[in-house]
Parts: sequence; C-alpha cells; structure tokens
Amino acid sequence: MEILIFLLFILVLAIFLGFEVISKVPSLLHTPLMSGSNAISGITIVGALVAAGLGEGEEAAALIGGVAVAFATINVVGGYLVTDRMLNMFKKKDK
Amino acid sequence: MEDTRTLLDLIYILSAITFILGFKLMSRPATARQGNLLSALGMAAAVVATLMFPEVVRYTYILAGLVIGAIIGALLAYRTPMTSMPQMVGLLNGFGGAASLLVAWAEFVARPEQPVYQGVIIWLTVLIGTVTLSGSLVAWAKLEERYIPTKPVLYPGQRIVSILVLAAILVGGIWFATDTAAPEAMHVLGVVTALAFALGILLVIPIGGADMPVVISLLNSYSGIAACASGFIIQNKLLIVAGALVGASGIILTLIMCKAMNRSVANVVLGGFGADTPGKAQNVAGEIKPIKPDEAYFILEAANSVVIVPGYGLAVSQAQHTVRELMEVMEKNGTEVRFAIHPVAGRMPGHMNVLLAEANIPYDALVEMDAINPTMDTVDVCMIIGANDVVNPAALEDRSSPLWGMPIIEAHRARTVIVMKRSMSKGFAGVENPLFFRPNTRMLFGDAKASLQALVSEFKNSN
Repeated sequence: MEILIFLLFILVLAIFLGFEVISKVPSLLHTPLMSGSNAISGITIVGALVAAGLGEGEEAAALIGGVAVAFATINVVGGYLVTDRMLNMFKKKDK
Repeated sequence: MEDTRTLLDLIYILSAITFILGFKLMSRPATARQGNLLSALGMAAAVVATLMFPEVVRYTYILAGLVIGAIIGALLAYRTPMTSMPQMVGLLNGFGGAASLLVAWAEFVARPEQPVYQGVIIWLTVLIGTVTLSGSLVAWAKLEERYIPTKPVLYPGQRIVSILVLAAILVGGIWFATDTAAPEAMHVLGVVTALAFALGILLVIPIGGADMPVVISLLNSYSGIAACASGFIIQNKLLIVAGALVGASGIILTLIMCKAMNRSVANVVLGGFGADTPGKAQNVAGEIKPIKPDEAYFILEAANSVVIVPGYGLAVSQAQHTVRELMEVMEKNGTEVRFAIHPVAGRMPGHMNVLLAEANIPYDALVEMDAINPTMDTVDVCMIIGANDVVNPAALEDRSSPLWGMPIIEAHRARTVIVMKRSMSKGFAGVENPLFFRPNTRMLFGDAKASLQALVSEFKNSN
C-alpha cells in the first residue's frame, strides 16, 4: 500500500508537469503533438515485454503479452515515424 | 540482481527526461523534429533496458510482437495520406488502449492471487483500455465514413442502457477485486471486458462526425490514462509519468477544441449534436454580389495584404497546391499573403496546418485566429475558401444565433471579403451567414480549385 501512495505522488507531479509543458505547444503543431503522444502512450510496451518474456508454465500470460507487444509497437513505431514525416513538412519561408 | 534493477531504473529516468524534453522542444516548429527524435531514442532505451530484466527469459513472443508491430506501424506511418491523419491517430489511440488492457490481463493470468487494491487497478485498466479501444474503433469508422453512419446514432433509452452497462461493470469490478484468486474471477473479468467494449461503442456512437476532433482528443487522453493505470499494476514509474503526460496532452487539446466550438465537454460527450439541423429562418439584410474570377483578380491585384481563411472544403477539393501557386504569384506582385487558421478548420487539432505545410506553404505564413484578428482592420482582402461557420459574424452580433459566443476569424472587418463557395448552402451548423450579404463582400461561386486556377492564370497572363 505504501508503494501505491508513492506512485500516486509521482502521478500527481507528472500531471502538473504535463499541463505546464504541453500547454506551450503552439496550435500549429497540435496534430504532430497528438501523433507524438500516440507514440509515447506506446510506453505500455515496457509492461508488455515483461509479460511476453515470461518462461515455461506461463504460456497464456506470455502469449497475451506478445499480442500486447505487437499493439504497443504499432503505436511506438507508427507514432514516431508519422510525427517525423509531418514535422519534416513544416518549412520556414526561404529568403 | 539488485544492481541490474538500479541500472534499469536509472535508464527509465533518462527515458522520462527525453519524453519531457521532447514535448518541450515541440513548443517551436524549428526544434520539434529534434524533440521527436530525442523522445524516440528515450523509448528505444526503455525497450532495451526492459529486455535486460531478469524476468525476461523467453524471446519468441517478444520478437514476433516487435516484428509484426513494427511492420504495421511503419506501413501506417508512410502510407496514410495527410487528410486521413485523424483516422490514423484514432486507430493508434485504440491500439494504445488495447496494449494496456492486455498487459492487465497478462498480469492477472500470470499471478491470479492479487491484493484487493491491485484487483481494483487491474479492473480499472481493463475498463479504461477497452473503452478506449472500442470507442476509437467507432471514431475511426465515423471518420472513414464507412461501416457506421457519421450522423449521431440515437435510439430511445440510450442513456439508460449505458448507465446499466456501467453499473454491471462496477458490480463485476467489486466481485473480481475482492477475490481475484476465486475460480470464477477470470470469467468475471471476461464479462467486464466484453461490457466495457460495448460501453465504448455506446459512448461514441451518438456523437456526430463534426464533433470527432473532440472525441479523438479525449480518446487520446484515455489511452494515456490507460497506460498510466497499467503502470500502477506493474509498479513502473516510467509508465505512470509517460501516461500522465499523454493524458494531460489529450485533455488540453479537448478543452481547446471545445472552446473553439463554443461547447462544453459534457455537451459534446452526451452527443446528439447535429442529429437534426434546426434550419432556422433568419432575416438577413443585404444582397448577394457575385463576381467572376477576372473581377476577383483586379481586387487581389491591387491589394497590399491578403488573408486567406481555409476551411476543410479546401482540403476536400485537394486545392492546397493551387492555393500555394496563387500565394506565390501574389507575393511576386508585392502582396503580403497570410493564412488565418481557426482551431476547428480541419478534422483534428492542428490538421489544417499540416495540410498546408504539405503543400509547401511556409509555416510563418500560418497565423492563429487570436493573432490575426487584431490586424484584420488593416487587411485589404480576406479570401475565404471552403469555410463558413468560423467566419460567421452572427457569432459576435446575434444573440439568437446558435453560433452566438463562438470565437471566429473576424473576416468581415477586412476592407473587402471574397468568399469562394460552391453554392449558397449553409454551414455545418445549418445557420445562415450574414457575412455573404455584407456590402464589402463579393461571392465567387464555383469549385474552389477551378476558381483558384482561374485566378492564378489571370495573374500569369497579365505579366
């Protein structure tokens, strides 16, 4: 239970930090912001990898973990690549 | 073993720093790309670190998942046209939810005996993850304009059904969490998952296609919250921090979109908007003054400053590149050309900017609504292409208008207004636009792309 309070503490600080940092992103970049956060929400891959890596006797959990790895990887790879593709299109006027 | 654990935790802290710095670098277009790269490196580090966990002993499923996911992700990233970006983001929101709900399931299957508070967190992660998944699939289908009607789907007793489903999910949660090791616990969680899937559909299906930007933003936030919740299950601080950042980002965008549409979040989420267009008959004084492209050319040719207000109609007719051509010939003629972007101009936050950037329009010419309005009095010509409600002065002047209070681009304050429009049809909200009847407004009827092309050739021929 003590760890729960500790984690909640981190959560609250992270939420405030998130609002602070992200409200500074101009509306010009809101679409890449969203696809970029798609990529970051793929962080679940960390949990998925641990589950998918479970050894013998944990067949079912490992299989579910493997599917989770696939979904999270789509987010990570797809999210970062498409964000890069979009940001690459934003050019300043060449003078 | 303790040492490896500490090392991995340190790598996780570095990853969290790169995510935060990545968002920070996104505050300017010049540094945004580096920010994204930095964040991706942090993610790669986190993945590598996790593979070094002592618990990770088998790599078949990991490898299969990584390869399949990477191929699908890369295909989506490179093959999705920019006009379909809302759909792709919607789909990725759903996949994020799916990953979180599966992590919760895997943890429960691997260790069925969990303390009550862990049972609650597993249940919550499954609930949020599944609602995000099915809700996103509905949003995706509505944006694709396939499988599901874009109009709000309403039936009697809708809210009661949703509430009953939610109540059943709550009961299931209590049943499951009190004794996760009970023989029926797995079935209970299975039923909760199925009901949560139904709930996601029930929540999004009554919301109209025009409100999808808000829904997508909200589901974006949910996918972050789901990741965060799964972080509590496996007690991983990086998941909590990253999930909270995404959750915050989604909420911020949701609020911005709601404010731009002059609606409350509750009003959007409860749905039904746009199911029946009111079609109120309003008395608008003045007359319509249609012009031909050559007349429009003379007006533009004499202008020192031109502001273009693009709407989604511009993207639909694929006229972005023609607009850029017009911009180039006008700039050659010594005219300052800027674009005024309303927050709801596209189909997701910031969408119109991406569509114009794709057509090589430099981003310093893209100006936000709040920045352009104070300068509007000094603008010679405001040209409106495929936009309607976002320039409707009734929002400022007519208390009885359904648009009253909505922030608009104040095009009517420019010296001359040229409206490019297919016909005299009404906007999304079904409201008459008095701007079209103003003495300083000229209407250029026809297909936007054809009209723009005609203007470009007028400029080219006269040189």
